[in-house]
Amino acid sequence: MKDINIEDQFQAKIDAEIKIEPKDWMPDEYRKTLIRQISQHAHSEIVGMLPEGNWITRAPTLRRKAALLAKIQDEAGHGLYLYSAAETLGVARIDMLNDLHSGKAKYSSIFNYPTLTWADMGTIGWLVDGAAIMNQIPLCRCSYGPYSRAMIRVCKEESFHQRQGYEILLTMMKGTDAQKRMVQDALNRWWWPAISMFGPNDAESPHSKQSMAWKIKRFSNDDLRQKFIDVTAEQAKILGVTIPDPELKWNEERGHYDFGQINWDEFWEVVKGNGPCNRERLEARRQAWEEGAWVREAATVYAEKKARKNQEAA
Amino acid sequence: MTKKEALLKYTLRLADNASILGHRLGEWCGHGPVLEQDIAMTNIALDLIGQARNYYQYAAKLEAAGKTEDDYAYLRDPLDYYNLLLLEQPNGNFAHSIVRQYFFDIFHYLFLTALMSSKDKQLAAIAEKSIKEVTYHKKWSGDWILRLGDGTELSNEKMQTAINVLQTYVGELFLMDEVDEMMVKENIGVDLAPIKEEWTRIVQEHFTEAKLKLPDATWTQKGGKQGYHSEHLGYILADMQYLQRTYPGAVW
Ligand SMILES: [Fe+2]
Ligand SMILES: [Fe+2]
Repeated sequence: MKDINIEDQFQAKIDAEIKIEPKDWMPDEYRKTLIRQISQHAHSEIVGMLPEGNWITRAPTLRRKAALLAKIQDEAGHGLYLYSAAETLGVARIDMLNDLHSGKAKYSSIFNYPTLTWADMGTIGWLVDGAAIMNQIPLCRCSYGPYSRAMIRVCKEESFHQRQGYEILLTMMKGTDAQKRMVQDALNRWWWPAISMFGPNDAESPHSKQSMAWKIKRFSNDDLRQKFIDVTAEQAKILGVTIPDPELKWNEERGHYDFGQINWDEFWEVVKGNGPCNRERLEARRQAWEEGAWVREAATVYAEKKARKNQEAA
Repeated sequence: MTKKEALLKYTLRLADNASILGHRLGEWCGHGPVLEQDIAMTNIALDLIGQARNYYQYAAKLEAAGKTEDDYAYLRDPLDYYNLLLLEQPNGNFAHSIVRQYFFDIFHYLFLTALMSSKDKQLAAIAEKSIKEVTYHKKWSGDWILRLGDGTELSNEKMQTAINVLQTYVGELFLMDEVDEMMVKENIGVDLAPIKEEWTRIVQEHFTEAKLKLPDATWTQKGGKQGYHSEHLGYILADMQYLQRTYPGAVW
């Protein structure tokens, strides 16, 4: 009896748009869903540093190099906010990292694609950060307080990343044929993975319905994808590039762009670990963690020594 | 050498130091031992690249040949690069990167403190702008000297190894050549003799607290300031300059 009551109260709070805070009662499933989602999101920020990190030493100007470093640093910061938000649900950062390193936890599949030219730095900002914003703006109103607050900070920076990425491409499109070729090629490679970032079609998305009721999620995968494609198709025109989808066409009646079928077989292969860079990305994270073990241990031991000394002095 | 030539070279040395160390730190981005330190190293990289840009822009003004900051960074050969050898040494493990950073940070701080009273207004202004950042850098690397030196047996051993390896590049920090002499005489540059003394005192004191030893100098590797580098710089520049060299004149 009591349980039913408390669960009703919980849902009533959500329906009234009252934020759930860490100390509030919440259903186990709500907690589990959030931990899964927030930690996956945090892992995506951290793994997402790697494809762009691949171009830091080859950034073509000092201004671009500084901007790229600052952008990747922002992503590290997003990872930090998100791990902290997940920790408020009672899971430790170390456990989340262990799950990432063991392959148990997932991260966004987009980061399992390689960055082959400088145009990829622009394209990732434009499409990947762009899709991330589309996904994340509704999360600013997520029912769980700490997640919602983390997302408000994150979204501000993501929209800056997107503009910066787009500007890289605009500059290149005003340049030489070789530069224009790089931009079109990058779009050809990133387009489908980018629109896959919104996840499976609604009919195939198992967790979506409950997440909507709990106001963790506000819009369906397909709605967000459509919105992204509508905006991006216009930006592609301004840029002067061709989106690699022959079925992409404005539909007057729907007031939206129609578009072709995503290759879901490829999507699930990459999720399963068979993308071009899954192994490298995970290996890079594991290696950084293992090679840092002695550093973290020394820092802990030193802090203990210091605390003891302070105690003796007191 | 005219005074103007000396000042240009002096400025480029400062620019190259900041640019090359910033580049090396950038290699850590995404691979640090813990997220917070990843962010800290990127911060320092960003500070240094910012400082490099200020010096390169000043160099462009001095040379008045229509060059930009990027012409200096991206289109000079290793023979025309003047950074200290210490700063181009590979990241190695975290201990190597910390020792490299710390050796330079202490030097950099003392150097900029003196440069703030340079007769050259622009160099003095850049020094003044940079000193706040470098104060933080030396605190960061200094804290790690303590943590790792006085942490575990393993961390102490790794630190001592890194110190022994990098010590041979320390002497170059304080070597004066014709350019330095001329700049000192003009009250533009910094006399490195007192800096060396102060540096040695600070580092020795700090190392004692951290249970580390600064070995006596047996040999000093030199040449970076004159354009004669270790094998590492060629690879740094091959990466850094790849796009600018492959697509001459392209705008990015
Ligand atoms: Fe992010
Ligand atoms: Fe971003």
